[in-house]
Amino acid sequence: MAVRVQREDFDPGAELAGFSSGKTSVGGICLFVGLVRDYMGHDPRAGAEVHAMTLEHYPGMTERQLEAIEAEARARWPLEDALVIHRHGRLEPGERIVLVAASSAHRDAAFEACRFLIDWLKTKAPFWKVEHTQDGDAWVDARESDEAAAKRWE
Amino acid sequence: MKVLYFAWLKARTGIGEEMVEPPPGTDTVGGLVEFLKTRSPGHAAAFETLSVVRVAVNQDYAGLDTPVRPGDEVAFFPPVTGG
Repeated sequence: MAVRVQREDFDPGAELAGFSSGKTSVGGICLFVGLVRDYMGHDPRAGAEVHAMTLEHYPGMTERQLEAIEAEARARWPLEDALVIHRHGRLEPGERIVLVAASSAHRDAAFEACRFLIDWLKTKAPFWKVEHTQDGDAWVDARESDEAAAKRWE
Repeated sequence: MKVLYFAWLKARTGIGEEMVEPPPGTDTVGGLVEFLKTRSPGHAAAFETLSVVRVAVNQDYAGLDTPVRPGDEVAFFPPVTGG
C-alpha cells in the first residue's frame, strides 16, 4: 500500500513488476494510467488545442486524502496491495498523469477497487488543472460526470 | 490562523498563503469568509460565488458551518480536477 505525489514520470511496467514479484497469493492486478489529452472538453473537434497543462495541488492534504481513499478501497475489497501515483507540475499531451493499481486473489476485487480508486481520486484529491492553449490559460472545470462516477460507490 | 488559496482563488486574491487574525467571535468558516472578503477587492472577487468554492479545515473537507479556531489551517479552492 503506497501513495506517491511527484513531479517526475513513473514507469508503469516497473510498478506492475513490483506488484507481482514474490507474491504468489495474488491472482490478478488491475492497473489504470491516465494521460494528458491534447484537446479541451469532450469533443476533439470542438475543443481548443491544449499545448500543455499544469497541475497544482495542496501538499499535505493531497497525501492525506489519497491515503484515505486507498484505505477505503482496502476496507471494501480483499486487496493484496494498492498503489496510487499522481504527478504535479507542467505536463504535455501524451504524458502520464496518474496511476492507480490494485491486486487481489481474484479479478473482481482488483477491477472494482481500481475503478473506485480513480473515481474517488477525481472528486476528492486536491489537484487542479490549468490548460495552456493558444487562447490563453484556462482552469479546468469540475465535471458532473466525474461526480456521478464517484457517487456510484457511495 | 493560516489561510491558503489554490487555483483561481489564488489568482484572484493574488496570494497563496496568509496569516490572519479575524475579529473576536469569528468561530466558523462562514464567519471567516465574511472577514476575508473585506481584505481586498481580490478577496471579495474570490468569494463572490461561494457555491464554486470548496474549503478544508486542517486538511479535511469542511463546510461554511465548520468551527474554526486560532491556529487552524483553512484552505479555499475550486472543485478538484485531478486524475
